[in-house]
Amino acid sequence: MMSLFFILITAPFFVGIILKVKAKFAARKLPSILQPFYDVARLFKKGAIYSTTTSFIFKIAPLVYFVSVLMAALFIPIGSLKGFLSFNADFVYFAYLLAFGKFMMIIAAMDTGSSFEGMGANREALYSMLIEPAFFILIASLALFTDNNSFYGLFLNLHISTNLSYILGLAAIYVLMYIAMIENSRSPIDDAKTHLELTMVHEVMVLDNSGFDLALIHIATWIKFSIYGTLISNFIIQNEWPLALQIGSFFFVQMAFAGVVGLLESFRARNKLEKNPQWIIMLSAIAIVLFLTTLIITQKIILY
Amino acid sequence: MILFLLKAVLILSLGLFFVPKNRKYFFTFSLHLALVVISSFLIFNTFNQVASLKFPFLSLLNNTIYIEIDKLSAFFMLVINFTCLTGIIYAKAYLEPYYKSKSSLEFALHYFSFLWLHIAMLFVVMFRDALAFLIVWEIMALTAFLLVIFENEKKETIKIGIQYLIQMHIAVVFIMIGFIWAYSQTGADFSFDGLSVYFESHNPLPLFLIFFIGFGIKAGFIPLHSWLPHAHPAAPTHVSAVMSGVIIKMGIYGILRVLTYIHHDLFNIGLFILISALVNGLIGVSLAIVQHDIKKLLAYHSIENIGIIGIGIGLGVIGLAINIPALTVLGFAGGILHILNHSLFKSLLFYTAGAVYTQTHTRNIEELGGLIKKMPKTALFFLIGALAICGLPPFNGFISEFLIYSGMFKALLSGNLQTDILLFFAISGLAIIGGLAIFCFTKVFSIVFLGTPRSDKVTHAKEASTSMILAYALIAITILLIGLLPVLFINPLIDIVSIFTKDTQAIQQAIPTLNSISISSGLFIVLIALFWLVRYWQQKRQNIRKDATWACAYTGANPAIHQYTATSYADNFVQISNQITNVKKEFKNFEEAEIFPKERTFQTHSSDKIEDYLIKTPTTFILNFLQKIGVFQTGKIQHYLLYAFAFIMMIFILTLLNLI
Repeated sequence: MMSLFFILITAPFFVGIILKVKAKFAARKLPSILQPFYDVARLFKKGAIYSTTTSFIFKIAPLVYFVSVLMAALFIPIGSLKGFLSFNADFVYFAYLLAFGKFMMIIAAMDTGSSFEGMGANREALYSMLIEPAFFILIASLALFTDNNSFYGLFLNLHISTNLSYILGLAAIYVLMYIAMIENSRSPIDDAKTHLELTMVHEVMVLDNSGFDLALIHIATWIKFSIYGTLISNFIIQNEWPLALQIGSFFFVQMAFAGVVGLLESFRARNKLEKNPQWIIMLSAIAIVLFLTTLIITQKIILY
Repeated sequence: MILFLLKAVLILSLGLFFVPKNRKYFFTFSLHLALVVISSFLIFNTFNQVASLKFPFLSLLNNTIYIEIDKLSAFFMLVINFTCLTGIIYAKAYLEPYYKSKSSLEFALHYFSFLWLHIAMLFVVMFRDALAFLIVWEIMALTAFLLVIFENEKKETIKIGIQYLIQMHIAVVFIMIGFIWAYSQTGADFSFDGLSVYFESHNPLPLFLIFFIGFGIKAGFIPLHSWLPHAHPAAPTHVSAVMSGVIIKMGIYGILRVLTYIHHDLFNIGLFILISALVNGLIGVSLAIVQHDIKKLLAYHSIENIGIIGIGIGLGVIGLAINIPALTVLGFAGGILHILNHSLFKSLLFYTAGAVYTQTHTRNIEELGGLIKKMPKTALFFLIGALAICGLPPFNGFISEFLIYSGMFKALLSGNLQTDILLFFAISGLAIIGGLAIFCFTKVFSIVFLGTPRSDKVTHAKEASTSMILAYALIAITILLIGLLPVLFINPLIDIVSIFTKDTQAIQQAIPTLNSISISSGLFIVLIALFWLVRYWQQKRQNIRKDATWACAYTGANPAIHQYTATSYADNFVQISNQITNVKKEFKNFEEAEIFPKERTFQTHSSDKIEDYLIKTPTTFILNFLQKIGVFQTGKIQHYLLYAFAFIMMIFILTLLNLI
């Protein structure tokens, strides 16, 4: 329960920090860190326009998407704080739940009959399909490494101490970070600040959403960032640490992660659109290296 | 008593030919119902006792044929009954448009075949004697053939029917060879039980492979699948649903049944099943994405799902071989549950797709669109089926895939390097299959039901009739029941799995996990409802408007032309997978001198490479060869006399030279 509270409390500041870092590097005047929060609050006060082409799918999709992300947050532990829900192979449920949300958002975008949203929808479908194996291989390596198979058990028993396990930790963080970027359609897959619909992925999918629905979609993005930030922080937090230190380092990692995302977005150009699939498959390749490393660590592959 | 009733149904089925045309449906429906009630009694008894049910049925060539029902048979009987029952409910409305164009005899034959298909499938899983098994297996193939060619006025349908028939007979030959081989080697019973004697004393792999080919043709294992994507679209919808839902599962039944008799050298068998299943899953779903014919697309998804079932079974067998009970139990449990699940959501998808076909008279999804406004219930049920087939919680497909996943993750910890690498492929394969299924079904659902109509065929569509919706609802309720309360189904599942391994501890440990899944899924639905209410409350006080879709300030957009099509949706996937999907684009490039471009056409085709290489190329080669020989057949009697003369001369000369 505690972990859910911390994940949700850090979520609203995530996008704020990213914006702040980006503004700093672009030498622009810094927006308030609460700016995204104000934006959403304003949306909650607004009415909505629904396209005449759409059906109930379009109305229910943002709710399903939001709830799926919220539910996904229930599974995530922080250090030795157990997630709200935890069972064997809960990461499978986690991944499929997020997929359900995405499924609904994709068909909602197609529901509008707009060619732009169709573009976004089908890119989202392709990218999230390509990223799926990377996540599963990563989790499989962790399961193998820690001899456990639930999120809580995985991270509780994740002791990064030997040389090879540093590689494991770093590679895992790298893969997770870019999964987060792809899940949230940020650079280098997509550029949140572009204004050309032809090259957008996620932004263009929600062109027709407004008011309450759009607010929920924004909040879902925050929570998604926060979820992946928490997963990353679990690699650093060790469960022998006192609770205060665990929580302190959780906040630190969350902020650092947001900062890194801002930094990357400031300095990295987006990929050429047609190179995106290759680039995403590259993450799976890194995950495979990770898996092999784990096989060496667990002495299933014996090197002489 | 049961036996008498069963035989009475068999004899009464002949009455279908004598009943007046307008009563035929009622008559066949009651016979199906009787059959379901009788067999359900048997199923119930089987699950309520430890031993399997065995009693004599009739004597054939001085042999007494026994009906023997164990838990595995009972499970398959359950699947058969459910799908056939919803099929016959659905058939009422589906066959109505044909009422005038088809004669009474044709209707009688169709219903008769459907009933006998149901009967034959029940007997396939009840007989152990090889001869009796082969006879009912043959009846199953023949009745299915008669059902496929219902629309026999189309030449294409007849051709596909014959292709189906030929391939089914190749399957029968392999199964027959399998039985005869085992019989000739051991001299034991000419039955399934006789196989155990053979498997005990010989290397099981070669004989298993023969059976695998025979049953694999039925199940649609790649590369033996080529009948499947043709037969499903050609058949009437309730028949396609039964074909995809249960007939192909008979192949899986055969493989499982043979596996129950093999107790050693299992690793290679498991490996073989696992690899072919992974290939099936990946190629099946990839080819599904590029199809435009909705029923063909669903047929390719059947191939994919056979793959998922196969992954479960393959892992189960590997688990047996290397002694990891968790992998065995969860693999078999997931695979077997997926058999039921697939029969449910696939028949639901076929029924809804069939309703779309009856309303719009086209199966080409590029001509559809916006149907959710005309057929909201059908759309909703299609969506349920689509979500279930993608294995998303809280639907039933998730439960079986989850069982397989949790088996794999458990085994990862206790396996050696070899198994870990296999599991690595299985895990990533299953993940990719899941992702591709989502890609495919977002495509189908959006192109068929969402957006605006792409042709005027959609204009006159109406909601499906009540009996169709009844069939949908029956299935959808079961789908949700399995998805939300999987624990209810776990005990029968444990019974079935214990045929393969006695150590079912791992699945009992899975019960609390499944309970947690029920809770999570329940919470998921409750939260959605809650936020719906919150939004309702928020929007009540706001200005809610309806307006055209936002086209980025361009007001001239016509969604009917500008929206995404199935081809464009699949395009970015095709770009990275064209080795498998084999899509060819046909268009003329613009020339430089062409200042005012003329009208252009653009076409895409996809073809199944495996089918091309395995079926089409050899048959064209043989045909060409035969055509060359055909030169001799001039039709003139003088020529034939000449041939006879030449032949006699040849014999004469050869004899003179002492060559013969």
